[in-house]
Amino acid sequence: MRTHWFILRTCISERLAYRGDFAFGTLVRFLPIVSSIFLWSAIYGRDDSQVINGYKLPDMIAYFLLVMVGRAFSSMPGLASGIARDVRDGTIKKYLTQPVDMLMYLFWARVAHKLVYYLVATGPFVFVFYLCRSYFAYAPDLATIGAFILSLVIAFLIGFLMESLIGLISFWFLEVSSLIFIFMMVNYFLSGHMAPLPWLMKIFGDDAASQGTARLVMMLMPFQYLAYFPAALMLGKHTGADLWQHLAVGAGWVLVLLLANRIVFARGVRRYSAFGG
Amino acid sequence: MIAVDVQDLQKTYRVYRKREGLWASLKGLFRRDYHQVHAVAGVSFQIEQGEMVAFLGPNGAGKTTTLKLLSGLIYPSGGRATVLGYVPWKREIPYRRRFALVMGQKNQLWWDLPAQESFRLHQEIYRIDPADFDRRLDELTSLLEVQKLVGQPVRELSLGERMRMELIAALLHRPDLLLLDEPTIGLDVVSQRKVQDFLKFYQSEQQLTVLLTSHYMKDVQALCRRAIIINEGEIKHDGSLDEIVDRFSTYKVIELLFASNSRPEGLERFGEVFEDNFPRAKIKVPRNQVPEILSALLANYSLEDVGVHDRPLEEAIAEIFTTTKSTGAEAVVTAGR
Repeated sequence: MRTHWFILRTCISERLAYRGDFAFGTLVRFLPIVSSIFLWSAIYGRDDSQVINGYKLPDMIAYFLLVMVGRAFSSMPGLASGIARDVRDGTIKKYLTQPVDMLMYLFWARVAHKLVYYLVATGPFVFVFYLCRSYFAYAPDLATIGAFILSLVIAFLIGFLMESLIGLISFWFLEVSSLIFIFMMVNYFLSGHMAPLPWLMKIFGDDAASQGTARLVMMLMPFQYLAYFPAALMLGKHTGADLWQHLAVGAGWVLVLLLANRIVFARGVRRYSAFGG
Repeated sequence: MIAVDVQDLQKTYRVYRKREGLWASLKGLFRRDYHQVHAVAGVSFQIEQGEMVAFLGPNGAGKTTTLKLLSGLIYPSGGRATVLGYVPWKREIPYRRRFALVMGQKNQLWWDLPAQESFRLHQEIYRIDPADFDRRLDELTSLLEVQKLVGQPVRELSLGERMRMELIAALLHRPDLLLLDEPTIGLDVVSQRKVQDFLKFYQSEQQLTVLLTSHYMKDVQALCRRAIIINEGEIKHDGSLDEIVDRFSTYKVIELLFASNSRPEGLERFGEVFEDNFPRAKIKVPRNQVPEILSALLANYSLEDVGVHDRPLEEAIAEIFTTTKSTGAEAVVTAGR
């Protein structure tokens, strides 16, 4: 654990080395939410009471604000491409020759990345939520907040494990940029980043049986945990047994992805040709 | 005690052979021709504990592939190896604690942080006792003359300073085996000398087992007494450096400094004049005729100084590279213990 703490500490120091670029990059990430608010305001028009697929305008804006929080935990910019680059140019050697577990190393590096991000972004987050407080219909209770925090941890773990898995595929293909692009596209739709997931699930049909199938499909994919689930949970769409069932499935996905990472890493290292001199 | 034991080690790569041009690129989308490259083709050698051995060969000879096999980075296609009692490609954590790999063209330190932060992380990763860590860091930084630089971001260091920091990072956990791949590549003469002096001192003091690859014969001559020469994946020579010159050098060099003011005539009668810079000249003469030619030169010319030298090591090695490549000559193993 002490080693992990030192990895975390060193990674935080490294993240802070280019503080100007980092602060700017962090703040710029708030721009999409502003454009989302304008876009959905235009779609709903002036009529505040209009309901689309069960969502009023304030619900939609609240949803996108919460999706932004979820993605602050689950998005892993540069993780998969970084692993692929290390495999391609041979930098990965340091993980393979030192007595260190590469996946744990990358995990703590990403924790450091996120911690520094939150350090810079918390102020702006609080400010944006304060400005948009009127869009939230009610204040969540403590249990919901607890479940929300748990869902964010799951979002982080699933986000990390999915991206690292794509990065590890570079042991076979070397170049995974197309794969990353496909993943980002699928992620955009199926994580609820584009629109609340039940909207997409309407392609299965409106009747109860179709919606049951839709729900099963959502449960069978890990994407909803990256953005939709934390947001829907906070908006009261999942309560009681349903909430805990979703959290348990999310934790299950973490275990499945962890196992997949371990297997792919072990096989990938065996296949590795140690490129780059 | 044997530290490195390699028997018939082989590594074969499957390489895509791409033909030139756009049409070939398009065809390559559907069908590709592969061929096998035998990067290491049945290499066997042993290295005693505390020995420092040069691993020489032209580019693409299989040196780095062998180092990668010994460090467990890649799996072999055949053969076996034990290093410090471990099979390297099992990549067991106890093995990883006992060796270090330094590649001259690769950076293991954190680029944006001072080297001391990387060192501190190494302390934790290798679980080095804090008192030992402080003592070793102090010793290594003073031997390599970088005490004042450990607090400076690595990206701001010169290449030579960076390589010295890499060596410190590699040695902090006091490995039993050091695999060095071109540690002086790109360094200026002063930095090269500092790295050489350090390695020489540290290796003899710590009785460290070192396998070194380098294209700089000055490194090799300064540091190693034994050399393994590899070409096209096979060992062509395993023995002392002196033997290389003895076995592969058919001539010696006589260096002359003339005392007279006029240019001497007929020097080519005694051997091949390959440097004529009056009053100095250098001639190549057959090894077995040195005494006679020397006395004839002294009898025929007024000389201020005379020197007889062995053929430079790099020339002898270059000859091994070219002859073994073109003729596929048998391996010459004279001291492959």
